[in-house]
Amino acid sequence: MNANVTAVPSHHQPEGSDAHDQRALGFWLYLMGDAVIFGLLFMTYGIMVGNTAGGPSGKALFSLNNAALETALLLVSSTTFGFASLASRAGNRPAVLSWLLLTFVLGAGFIFLEIREFLGMIAAGAGPDRSGFLSAFFTLVGTHGTHVSVGLVWILIMSGQVFLKGLSLPVTSRLFRLGLFWHFLDIAWVGIFSVVYLPGLL
Amino acid sequence: MERHGLRSYLVGFVLAVVLTAIPFYLVATHALPPSRIMYVIAAAAVLQILVHLRFFLHLNFTTTPRENLLAIAFTAVLLFIMVGGSFWIMIDLHYRMAL
Repeated sequence: MNANVTAVPSHHQPEGSDAHDQRALGFWLYLMGDAVIFGLLFMTYGIMVGNTAGGPSGKALFSLNNAALETALLLVSSTTFGFASLASRAGNRPAVLSWLLLTFVLGAGFIFLEIREFLGMIAAGAGPDRSGFLSAFFTLVGTHGTHVSVGLVWILIMSGQVFLKGLSLPVTSRLFRLGLFWHFLDIAWVGIFSVVYLPGLL
Repeated sequence: MERHGLRSYLVGFVLAVVLTAIPFYLVATHALPPSRIMYVIAAAAVLQILVHLRFFLHLNFTTTPRENLLAIAFTAVLLFIMVGGSFWIMIDLHYRMAL
C-alpha cells in the first residue's frame, strides 16, 4: 500500500511490507474458512450430543481436571508464542528460538493429554463408532487436535528457519502467520471447553 | 512499543485466566443451578473470544486492515445463518417427530 512512499520511516522495508500484508490477508481468509468448518462441527455436536444410543454420555466420559489442564497448556502456549512474536520484532534470535521451543513443549503436552484421553475412551468402548454423540465428539475435538499437531510441525519448521536463516523478512513474515494460526486454535479451544466439556460435566 | 506489546499479551493472559477459571470453578462446585451456570459458561466464552481477538490477534478498528474486518464480519454472518438455520430445522424436526 505504501510501496512507492519510500520516505516513510518503518521497521519493515516497504516492498516486503506490501507482500507481507497481502499474505497476511490471504492467510486470514483461510482462517475464516477454518472458522466456518469449526462452526459447523460445533453445530453438528450440538445436535448430536443427546444421541448416545444407550452408550455413555459426556458426564461419564469427560474429566474436568484433564480439560482444565489442556486449557491451561494451550492458553500459556498462546502467550509464549506472543513473546516469541515480540522477540522477533525486537530482532532477538535466541529469545525467539527459546519461546518457540517452550510453545512447542506446551503444545506437545496438550496433544499428549488429548491422545491419552482418546485412547482411554476407545479402550472403554466409547470410540467414535459407539454413538452419534461420540462420532460428533471425536470429529470436532479430533479436527482441533489435528490442527494443533500441524501447528507443532510448523513451529519446528519455523524454528529451523530462524536458526538457519536468521530473522530475515520472509522468515518473520511466516512467523507472523504461524502466530495467527496458533492464536486462532486457542480460540477454537475456548469453544470446545465451553460447548463440549463444561456442559457435558454439568 | 515493545512494552506496549508485552502489556497486551499479559493483560490478555490474565483476562483469559479469569474468564476460564470462573466457568470451571462453577462446574466443579455446582455453586449455582445448572441453567444459570450454562448462561455463565456462554457469557464467559463470548467474552474470552473477544479478549483473544483483541489482545492476542490484535484486532481493533484503527490499525487492522478493513478487508480483514470485513472478512470476519462476513464469516460471522455465514455462521449465524448456517448454525442458526440448522438448529432451527433440527429442533423443529425433533418437535414434529415427537408429535
